[in-house]
Amino acid sequence: MAQKYLGQAIKRTEDPKLVSGLGHFVDDIKLPDLHNVCFVRSIHAHARIRGVDTSLAAALPGVVKVFTGEDCRGIGSIPCASSLQGLKVPHHPVLARNKVRYVGEPIVAVVADSLYRARDAAEAVSVDYEPLPAVVDPEQAAAPNSTFVHEEFSDNVAYVWSLVGGDVDQAFKDADRVIKQRMIHQRLVPAAMEPRGVIARFLPGEKELTLWSSTQIPHLMRTQVAIMLGLFENRVRVIAPEVGGGFGSKLNVYGEEALLGFISMQLQKPVKWIETRRENFTATIQGRGQVGDVEIAVKSDGRVLGIRYTVLADLGAYLQLLTPAIPTLTGLMLTGAYRIPNVRMDVTGVFTNKVATDAYRGAGRPEATYIIERAMDLAALEFDLDPVDVRRVNLVSKREFPYATATGLSYDSGNYEAPLKKALKISQYPRWRRHQVKERKKGRYVGVGVSTYVEICALGPSPAMPAGGWESATVRIEPTGKITILTGVSPHGQGQETSFAQIAADMLGVALEDVLVLHGDTGVVQYGIGTFGSRATAVGGTAVYGAIQKILKKGMLLAAHLLGVSRREVQFRDGKFFLKNDPTKSISLQDLALASYTARKLPPDFEPGLAAIYFYEPTNFTFPFGTHVCVVEVARETGTIKILQYVAVDDCGTIVNPLLVEGQIHGGVVQALGQAFMEEAVYDEIGQLITGEFTDYAIPRAGDVPWMQLDRTETPSPVNPLGIKGVGEAGTIGATPALVNAVVDALRPFGVRHVDMPLRPEKIWKLMQKETS
Amino acid sequence: MIPEAFEYFAPSSIQEAISLARRYGGDAKFLSGGHSLLPMMKLRLAAPKYIIDLAGIGELTQISEEGDSLKIGALVTHKAIETSDEIQSRCRLLAEAAFEIGDPQVRSCGTIGGSVAHADPAADYPAALLALDAEVRIEGPSGGRSVRASDFFVDLFTTALQQGELLVAIHVPVLAHNVGTAYKKLRQQASGFALVSAAAVVAKDEGGKCTHIAVGISGVGPKAFRASKVEESLLGKTLTEKNITNASHHVTASVDVQNDIHASAEYRSAMADLFAKNAIWVAANRAE
Ligand SMILES: Cc1cc2nc3c(=O)[nH]c(=O)nc-3n(C[C@H](O)[C@H](O)[C@H](O)COP(=O)(O)OP(=O)(O)OC[C@H]3O[C@@H](n4cnc5c(N)ncnc54)[C@H](O)[C@@H]3O)c2cc1C
Repeated sequence: MAQKYLGQAIKRTEDPKLVSGLGHFVDDIKLPDLHNVCFVRSIHAHARIRGVDTSLAAALPGVVKVFTGEDCRGIGSIPCASSLQGLKVPHHPVLARNKVRYVGEPIVAVVADSLYRARDAAEAVSVDYEPLPAVVDPEQAAAPNSTFVHEEFSDNVAYVWSLVGGDVDQAFKDADRVIKQRMIHQRLVPAAMEPRGVIARFLPGEKELTLWSSTQIPHLMRTQVAIMLGLFENRVRVIAPEVGGGFGSKLNVYGEEALLGFISMQLQKPVKWIETRRENFTATIQGRGQVGDVEIAVKSDGRVLGIRYTVLADLGAYLQLLTPAIPTLTGLMLTGAYRIPNVRMDVTGVFTNKVATDAYRGAGRPEATYIIERAMDLAALEFDLDPVDVRRVNLVSKREFPYATATGLSYDSGNYEAPLKKALKISQYPRWRRHQVKERKKGRYVGVGVSTYVEICALGPSPAMPAGGWESATVRIEPTGKITILTGVSPHGQGQETSFAQIAADMLGVALEDVLVLHGDTGVVQYGIGTFGSRATAVGGTAVYGAIQKILKKGMLLAAHLLGVSRREVQFRDGKFFLKNDPTKSISLQDLALASYTARKLPPDFEPGLAAIYFYEPTNFTFPFGTHVCVVEVARETGTIKILQYVAVDDCGTIVNPLLVEGQIHGGVVQALGQAFMEEAVYDEIGQLITGEFTDYAIPRAGDVPWMQLDRTETPSPVNPLGIKGVGEAGTIGATPALVNAVVDALRPFGVRHVDMPLRPEKIWKLMQKETS
Repeated sequence: MIPEAFEYFAPSSIQEAISLARRYGGDAKFLSGGHSLLPMMKLRLAAPKYIIDLAGIGELTQISEEGDSLKIGALVTHKAIETSDEIQSRCRLLAEAAFEIGDPQVRSCGTIGGSVAHADPAADYPAALLALDAEVRIEGPSGGRSVRASDFFVDLFTTALQQGELLVAIHVPVLAHNVGTAYKKLRQQASGFALVSAAAVVAKDEGGKCTHIAVGISGVGPKAFRASKVEESLLGKTLTEKNITNASHHVTASVDVQNDIHASAEYRSAMADLFAKNAIWVAANRAE
């Protein structure tokens, strides 16, 4: 394959339309007679609904109909795809009926002929609540005397899940020291720039329901919505137009999606709902939410013999698509990049009166990486070793791949020392360590944090997934030689319109502009799984590769026929089929395509046309890795943190487009910074979300973002032919512990060994008020 | 933005605006840059039935010199204040405070009149206007009046403006060249408003003794205030770092200090002391 585009820093072909305001997001779609839906949502975290009075609202001008839970009895439960053993799955209605279980739970949907009238009418609905005690804190939820979130269950425990590898008890007996630490992974608001939004249009003649939704998974959503509404799946079409960010929050099937479809069918009118920011804070899934106790068994040279993690997962009131599965990913990656033969994780997932948690960039892996990378620093502190040395003692060496972990995974390929070495060199690590000592004497507190992470990507082999882990692609060579790719992934910022075109253009020897990548429309694209879990390029890109291989194979047959030789005498390169021993005798891909469609001169039994569909099933996950080094200075007077240096050396396998990779790392690190230093969904004791707007929920702004020095190593994955591993979540996974380790390191003179995120200035300031040791 | 219904007026003179306000009383609201009012309407925390948009009243957008003060029209944007040569050279403190407001979009739309009339306890201008001994010029149904900044800010989101009164301008003194000023702010991470901010105006004699000092504090309590204890203890003293540090204690002593998820009262008080000290120190060094 020619390497004209692959590996090149090509600017995203998606961008001109987006930056000039010509893209179409859900809210940009105009339909005649479009009506608006607004919701009445619970103001209580937990309450019995005594009654709902919609009469005033229904009488307001422009109001078409007001829907309550009673009206929607026919709609199926909002789905949870996870099937852990013993999992309690509560009924999850699209509109609450007798009880509400979190602030923001929808109770009534109002339809009117304008957005303003719909909102006015929603305010005119009165709900008679009988407030009940709210279960807010996960530990309180697990306590035997707690109120039940779901009365039909005998407690708030949705499931208990354990993972055991090796002999943990023995490891703890053999240890020189056992280190324990409680660590909290606070709840986070995904805060996509574009909130959710749905337009539903039912055409009674065609009996077809079309849903435009800001989603990451149009096909999975189509299947689920069809089931919920009792429709034939092939009569439902889901379109994900431009999607303004998801970060996992749109890897879901939401009640509003099915409900809008239902309303459109009932009213025989197209209807639209665009989530407000406040709704996005309270009614879209949140991320993280783990409270855990970590224990590691360590030898005095820093070797970690075993790790135990006992954790409460704060699931929220209901189970969304993957809610219970997220903490299990933490378990799989708990041993990180290290040779730790003994592991045990025990998760207790509990219901609380809060919106559900689910996948948020990293989804369970940032938790694992944070735990193990913090633990490495704790071990270093315990034995007064350099945190880098502790890591070196434990890192899986490059000769050990494929490496079988105690958690049951097989790490595909790696060279963990390489990015570590590079990152230490770029950051001039020893110099910072000397600087730190000098500065401390002057009363200035500098800290250095390192994280040598590995993560799990390219989700994934189908047996590990609830609904298939393969991906699909159709590649069509059109009669004029232009290339159309239909991919089953659903890019929303990742740039596959560009990167898939790069793959195809090089494989087919055509210009990048000749390739068009279509996605996100179940009416156009064959069934696919979608975009999440850093899978789109590694799995979806390989499907494109597979489809093109098929086309080339077929093309060879036709070329041989047209050139009057046997198949073995033909070769393909740079867009031409030619004779091996006489390259002047050739036929271009374009001419071949035309010949395949005009079909006048085809070999016997040859199907006309030049297109192929390919479903790629990966045989394993992929495991990207890298080293992040962060240097901070913490001001004792204010507790504010200044990042002096940030170095990230990542290895995500073969790189299709370095610009896209860097963009993913940049964005990921910034989101990690948000979790490490600023973000937290704070609920009060009655379950009200106090941080329910951007005035109170801090996300990083441009001014908070440090300059990042990026570099990379490239260790191809043996799992797929292109060697791609994935990079969508690496930044978020690798960076959080580097940031926190740096701050904790800076606070060492104050006797600090751990601080829970977010490291907000006041917290740091308080720790620095005592005398230094 | 899904506000309740309202009727919209675009008067072209101060008189017209005032008579509209009189006609609609408590149901009317002036609209200036909209960057405080519209977010509240969007959340339906405010639902005025009549909006009187001031944007068409040209005379409110002027900055001019009047005697020994600068008259800044109510509609002058934060951006204009931040970048105006006149303000930068004659009342740098106000330009520094304007620069600390929000982000470029907010500064391009928001106005000084809107901010001052809104009286958010964590807004940037109030601290500066208190330290400058500024005057607020008001026009109303019963004529015009001027109110000193120290009398203008009454309480949380409450000012001396009576119903139907229009804030038309802010008068700030043109500062003598030897006067030093500084504005220091600690941002609340989410909103960017002041967790604490301090504005200092300082003059000293040839021997380095403090001959004038005024310190305004925002963000700490229900309204911006003057740190008068600090001022008293520094007046007449040499402005050494030690003296300033010693004086900048208990800045919040007589204030009901805000305690919320963004900062405890303890932290806010400590930061008020620190930022007062820093502002005074920088202002003292800038004073000639
Ligand atoms: C994202 C964001 C960040 C911000 N950050 C900061 C910050 O860091 N620091 C800060 O100080 N501010 C901040 N603000 C507020 C901003 O400065 C506003 O512009 C300002 O508070 C109000 O000015 P306005 O012109 O927008 O007034 P408007 O919103 O139009 O009006 C505010 C109120 O004043 C009344 N009013 C307006 N003009 C007059 C008048 N001439 N006479 C009488 N009443 C009048 C209105 O009726 C209304 O009640 C921020 C705002 C936003 C949206």
